[in-house]
Amino acid sequence: MSTTFKLEIVTPEAVAYSEQVDMVVLPGTEGELGVLAGHEPLMTTIVPGELRITKDGEETAMAVGPGFAEITGEAVRILADMALRADEIDEAAAVEARQRAEQALAQKLSEEQVATVEASLQKALAQIEVKRRHRGQSSAHGQHSHQK
Amino acid sequence: MPSPRDLRRRIKSVKNTSQITKAMQMVAASKMRKAQQGALAGRPYAALMNTVLAEVTANVGDFKHPLLEKHNTGKRAVILISTDRGLCGALNSNLMREAARLDKETTLFICAGRKGSQFVARTKRPLVAEFTYKDPPQFGEARAIAKFVQDLFTKGEVDRVDVLFTRFISTLNQKMELRPLLPVGELLAVEAGMNGDRKGAALERTGVEYLFEPSADGVLGTLLPHYVNYLVFQMLLEARASEHSARMVAMKNATDNAAQLIKDLTIEYNKMRQATITKELLEIASAQMATA
Repeated sequence: MSTTFKLEIVTPEAVAYSEQVDMVVLPGTEGELGVLAGHEPLMTTIVPGELRITKDGEETAMAVGPGFAEITGEAVRILADMALRADEIDEAAAVEARQRAEQALAQKLSEEQVATVEASLQKALAQIEVKRRHRGQSSAHGQHSHQK
Repeated sequence: MPSPRDLRRRIKSVKNTSQITKAMQMVAASKMRKAQQGALAGRPYAALMNTVLAEVTANVGDFKHPLLEKHNTGKRAVILISTDRGLCGALNSNLMREAARLDKETTLFICAGRKGSQFVARTKRPLVAEFTYKDPPQFGEARAIAKFVQDLFTKGEVDRVDVLFTRFISTLNQKMELRPLLPVGELLAVEAGMNGDRKGAALERTGVEYLFEPSADGVLGTLLPHYVNYLVFQMLLEARASEHSARMVAMKNATDNAAQLIKDLTIEYNKMRQATITKELLEIASAQMATA
């Protein structure tokens, strides 16, 4: 049996990632979830956070938004609101988005609005976290991923 | 026979019209590019969600969700996605023709776009809700529409919900479509039948049992409404892309026609002018001959 599997990450804007990989670590609702080839079929929701992909011994980090992941033995398909590589994240924009969301939450809002703002706050936080953690190595990865 | 002055006036007015249609064509062309990109970019997400749901619902075993249930009231709801403005070719009339074919008594209309609600009001069909969508459409607007029909459906007021919209195929080609939206099972079956064997096979495969984290209810409970919301959003995107494409083409045709018309009129005008000059020359010449 092959040790790699197909990883597809799709957002409403684009197909963010589609390659054969060795391992992926997802931010599941119940905690982080590492997936290797041949995993049991599993369906889970994912929360905004960091997703780590291992491919040919190299690790890539992505910030993902809330969504769903379908895991079968030979493929992992992720539907997320957002998926950005560490080097694609604009930290300043994310920080600003966080501030805007926090300010908005301080005001009185309807239930629906609160849910929307909280979702964008979560996404901004995930971006900032991934960016900060990978600042040291992001330049090397950046060049690598831009050559695609 | 029009006088030369009438012709000149006419040429001028055609020119003015062509300037307007030209401007509209430019505006539509730039909006079209953005709208088309939006519609095309959203497709993989919708398709993948469809595959995932088809596989999962086929293999989940005993699972009940309000959006999967079948009702029996003999009524149906149709979401009519039309444009707000006219001058976009046959786009709206195609939609209205299809809408007129639906049974007047048992079909409830939910309209997005002003042209559709005008039609429904004019033909005295039951209109239960009217929504607007911006350019480009916002996800929140789609969610509002989707939530409304989901409520209608789960309350058991209608058997099914369909969407009548225009699918974007290419700049020159848009296709009116009537798609089922709820119950979700029917929608999945249609999509599977349409999109080749990958999904068709997925629906049949029953050997694999999925694990769910945190639980089947939890995952599908969020996935199903999200799916419906997103589909409505994608349809709004498609409708907008179709609208701008159709308008661009319609306005381009109008501009081209105006150019042709100006050409013909100018030839006629010149002929007439030439004829007058020749006549005058003849008169002068004959007058000279008479006096000589």
